[in-house]
Amino acid sequence: MRTSGMTPRRKALIAGALAASLSVAAAAQDDTQKEIERYRQLLAEGNPADLWEARGEVLWKARRGPKNASLERCDLGLGPGVVKGAFAQMPRYFADTDRVQDLESRIVTCMVSVQGFSPEEAMKNPFSAPERPSDMEALASYVAGASRGMKLAAPLSHPKEIEAFRIGEQLFHRRAGPYDFACVSCHGENGKRIRRQDLPKLDDPKDAQKIFTTWPAYRVSQGTVRTMQHRLYDCYWQMRHPQLDYVSEASIDLMVYMAKYANGGTINAPGLKR
Amino acid sequence: MKASVRMRAVLVSTASAGLIAACAAQPSDDDARSRAEQIFRESFTHGNQAMLARVERQDEVQALCSLYRNEPPREIAAKIERTQAATIRFPAQGKLMGDWRRGEQIAQSGYGMRFTDPDTKRPNGGNCYNCHRIAPQEISFGTIGPSLYGFGKLRGSGEAVQRYVYAKIYDPQASVACSNMPRFGHNAVLTEEQISHLVALLLDPDSPVNR
Repeated sequence: MRTSGMTPRRKALIAGALAASLSVAAAAQDDTQKEIERYRQLLAEGNPADLWEARGEVLWKARRGPKNASLERCDLGLGPGVVKGAFAQMPRYFADTDRVQDLESRIVTCMVSVQGFSPEEAMKNPFSAPERPSDMEALASYVAGASRGMKLAAPLSHPKEIEAFRIGEQLFHRRAGPYDFACVSCHGENGKRIRRQDLPKLDDPKDAQKIFTTWPAYRVSQGTVRTMQHRLYDCYWQMRHPQLDYVSEASIDLMVYMAKYANGGTINAPGLKR
Repeated sequence: MKASVRMRAVLVSTASAGLIAACAAQPSDDDARSRAEQIFRESFTHGNQAMLARVERQDEVQALCSLYRNEPPREIAAKIERTQAATIRFPAQGKLMGDWRRGEQIAQSGYGMRFTDPDTKRPNGGNCYNCHRIAPQEISFGTIGPSLYGFGKLRGSGEAVQRYVYAKIYDPQASVACSNMPRFGHNAVLTEEQISHLVALLLDPDSPVNR
């Protein structure tokens, strides 16, 4: 804070206000939480992610890539061309790739098979930087938004889906690195926080249904939409792990693990977060 | 369930080769575990080799705590606590209490050991406020760990308490096996001197924690 140009009176006023706010705030954590919720509600009435969703729809329908084709023939699990409701049944097993896939890995598959991009091109820029917007953030917003209001119903019946869940469960509890952290270190108990950020207990349906269904999300602190792949990448970064490979099997297995507990929750993506 | 967990415990604690035998005893769970290890390796392929090697290979404590979901049976817990306590190094000069002001900086800082932290000259932080309430002026604190506000006021600042706090930060698993808290000294996240500053933050009567 720049204070050099301030009058003593102004400085005293600010110091007084600061002291008052600190003493009140310490005793009023609950009120703070309520205020954050209220702020969230205000913002939720006009989520900037709408812009990503709109851009995603344009991209989805545009003829692109070496095959000059749109993604409208992409099979997201409910048949070629069906976008509505597809996200509500992901991650899921896909016979053509013989893999369990999440939203992003499936979009990559379609960019390769339908549009003719190389896998490298399709995965080139999944996480935007300020001067480098990401098509994936827009495409994921569009597809997720087309399931808004529906209940998550990720299938967990195919043997590969069941295996993915079991591996995800192991990874969720796997402690490693200089901090000894696993996912469960932060997401294993109800009602906990890092700093002021609430942490969901991800194997509790009450928390998982509320949280898993709101990614992708516009992140106010980053000024962009981030995807679930980015959320996991960011978690491992904080866990002092190396970079989690984009659409890696570990990332998808962890999503299947979370989806099992989140099933039944109402999709409200793209969401809005700190 | 309990019996099979205990059986696996024996196998794991004997030797890593025991894991192979455990696979035969518990095909479903142990199969998922070894598949998960393989998928973990295949899913982290970028970055520097030292960092990759460090997460791929769990130490014995990490492996046991993962296996038992942080609730090891009593005998395994006792073994972890015993072996971890033996690794604690107290400061060479014997000075357990440093400067609480520097302790506060360390408690605030989250710098270090992430794949985007290239400056190895900049000291690592302790991330303490991420999980604990400490000085009352900082209202952005986490709740994964207990509140430490007033820690020294309640317990004094004698040498026994200093040693207790130092050891707790150096290796929390020396007293609570599979604690969520990082082993800051054991894993060389913080130096002995840095830990002594954190001891001061919690115990010094002049620290905001105790005033």
